[in-house]
Amino acid sequence: MATATATKDKSVLWDWLTTVDHKKLAVLYLIAGTLFFVKAGMMALFMRIQLMSAENDFLTGQTFNELITMHGTIMLFLAATPLIFAFMNFVIPLQIGARDVAFPFVNALGFWIFFFGGLLLSVSWFFGGGPDAGWTAYVPLSSGEYADLGLDFYVVGLQVSGIGTLVSAINFIVTIINMRAPGMTMMRMPLFCWTGLVVSILIVFAFTPLAAGLALLMLDRIFGGQFFIPDMGGNAVLWQHIFWIFGHPEVYILVLPAFGIISEVIPAFSRKRLFGYTAMVFATLVIAFLGFMVWVHHMFTVGLGPITNSVFAIATMGIAVPTGIKIFNWLFTMWGGKITFNTAMLCASSFVPTFVLGGVTGVMLAMVPVDYLYHDTYFVVAHFHYIIIGGIVLGLLAGTYYWYPKMFGHKLNEKLGILMFWLFYIGFHMTFFIQHILGLIGMPRRVYTYLEGQGMETMNLVSSIGSFVMGAAILVLIINVVYSAFNSERITVNDPWDARTLEWSTPTPIPEYNFAQTPQVRSLDPWFYEKVHGDGTMKPAEPMTDIHMPNGSILPFVIGLGLFIWGFGMIMINMDDTIVPPFLVIGTGVILTFGSMLIRSIKEDHGYHIPLEQVKKIEKEVS
Amino acid sequence: MSDDLSKPFTKSSMSEEEIMKINKERKIQVTSFAFMIFLTILAFIAVATETIEVGFAIPFILLLAVVQFFLQMYYFMHLKDKDHGWPNAFIISGVVLSTPALIALILLLGVTKY
Ligand code: HEM
Ligand SMILES: [Cu+2]
Repeated sequence: MATATATKDKSVLWDWLTTVDHKKLAVLYLIAGTLFFVKAGMMALFMRIQLMSAENDFLTGQTFNELITMHGTIMLFLAATPLIFAFMNFVIPLQIGARDVAFPFVNALGFWIFFFGGLLLSVSWFFGGGPDAGWTAYVPLSSGEYADLGLDFYVVGLQVSGIGTLVSAINFIVTIINMRAPGMTMMRMPLFCWTGLVVSILIVFAFTPLAAGLALLMLDRIFGGQFFIPDMGGNAVLWQHIFWIFGHPEVYILVLPAFGIISEVIPAFSRKRLFGYTAMVFATLVIAFLGFMVWVHHMFTVGLGPITNSVFAIATMGIAVPTGIKIFNWLFTMWGGKITFNTAMLCASSFVPTFVLGGVTGVMLAMVPVDYLYHDTYFVVAHFHYIIIGGIVLGLLAGTYYWYPKMFGHKLNEKLGILMFWLFYIGFHMTFFIQHILGLIGMPRRVYTYLEGQGMETMNLVSSIGSFVMGAAILVLIINVVYSAFNSERITVNDPWDARTLEWSTPTPIPEYNFAQTPQVRSLDPWFYEKVHGDGTMKPAEPMTDIHMPNGSILPFVIGLGLFIWGFGMIMINMDDTIVPPFLVIGTGVILTFGSMLIRSIKEDHGYHIPLEQVKKIEKEVS
Repeated sequence: MSDDLSKPFTKSSMSEEEIMKINKERKIQVTSFAFMIFLTILAFIAVATETIEVGFAIPFILLLAVVQFFLQMYYFMHLKDKDHGWPNAFIISGVVLSTPALIALILLLGVTKY
């Protein structure tokens, strides 16, 4: 019974606020993630200006602490995570041959909750300054005694945005398990789907301890609890444990999808199938498992004792084994391939050596006796930036250039792309390689200034100049996006890269239902298989009929807004004088949140059908 | 299929046989629920009435907890049913991941407050 069809008369803004389409949500994630990325990048530049010369007074120590905390927190939770979710949202349903994710409404909900959580964290600047206890928020520094209101924004803001991330992850697990097209067995899934699945599982198991830890810290700070207050029988080290039980898996949550992107881009531009697919899947699973067994390597210097430290040191070094498997598989994929070095491939292939450098310093840090020297110096800063920028950001850039034509209907300019790549690559190594040495000569981490005559001036200056070069690279990327939007040729073919996986079998631009008929998958790299062994089109697995689609809804937005208001009310409890009483604000938020949930529960919404004639019409238009 | 969504679930998509199976399932649920309450009371008595010495009470309630856990998971949350491979895999990996973390935390945080 086909009732209402696609409603075209919605305004653009309303359409984007209410959308439940995974492709549009991907774009929303991409925009939100980029904004947060640029914001946190600016903070980094400010910090590098401050550190450019000895005893500089560009920033005060307090501002520096706030910047360093917000930089780390935003980059990990509000920039890297949503950018990864952007690609997961866009690509995974297409790669497994699905019309959308399993729960489109929940997908929108995840985005809006994440977004409003991020907003809540960001408004801290207007209420007496950002959080200032580092992204790790160690107690007692983050306890009520030492930290101000900013930390309440940290605790509540991350709690809210964490809910969004958790909800989206659950959605992806269900999607990948249940929505695969006929013939798309688990072992035929592209590696990006595999890493997406594994990462979603990691999020479920890692964000729950974080939520618990943040809840305890909130109780301590806002309601006078004493979980982490030693004077009152609490335990300060407990926070470190809880944080790192979340924190180490989190770093793999970020890097595994980058591995996935690399494993898509390298085969596509080497014109070979991925070397050792099964080993790659297995290595992903092993990394995920080991990721949970190594958190104490962040706490070697706390004094847990030699036995504990040794056990966790060995477990940490163990991770290098599956990681090595992956590195060799990428190298063997490129070996003997017909390689095209465009921007996507440049980013993907240079990812490999850079990531190896980060991994090597990781294993160095895992050796307990020397970690007493490295710990809390710039050496650690260099280590994780090699992993995060050299790994995750290069992966994301590769993904951007690779999937851009499918997402926006035109390619990014290659000349500007290659310029961006070299600026970025040179700037990155200039900024961070030298920080290894700075760390080794004893520059501590998270300091806002240093003295003259300790031999640190030149290297810090080089590092700062490098960071400007990197900033210039991002500027070139933004120019490229604008330039290409106006000057690039529209893509009319399905498959501009001559690639291998299912997303390239869809027409460009993709109709809202993705596949008019669910495709039948006959092999790993199904699209490549059909191009070589079939007639170059996917075999349909079902007759063409009406297509059932979900309705858009404003409720996810309202629930996100409700949580924002609720969270803000919680923080108001700690404010000195408020115009309205906090409980009024909390009440409003609670009513908005649960009211929307109630409406969602009792109002029936069966979606709508796109009738067959219209599907045929759309298909003719796009082909 | 989607036409029937407004009817109650039992009318639109269940056969007689399935309804019978559901009823049987319900009986199992109630029995296991009662048994679990019983186990809880037992644990409570073991601790509250001080008739059992502490050295024995702790392993005893831990044992009850393990039994309770399996009852919860397998009978109450349907892990025993067929086609529950994925939920099983997830619960088991959750247990495998959280047990070492918990044990490590208990050992490390215990007496020395680490
Ligand atoms: C071969 C794999 C790796 C090993 C052996 C390793 C080892 C370590 C060790 C021992 C530390 C603690 C250093 C200290 O504070 O003294 C550390 C810190 C860190 N690692 Fe890694 N790591 C590896 C991979 C990664 C990956 C893949 C990421 C991110 C995607 C990452 C991100 C970080 C971060 C962010 C920190 C610093 C956390 C902080 O204190 O704020 N590491 N790593
Ligand atoms: Cu770690």
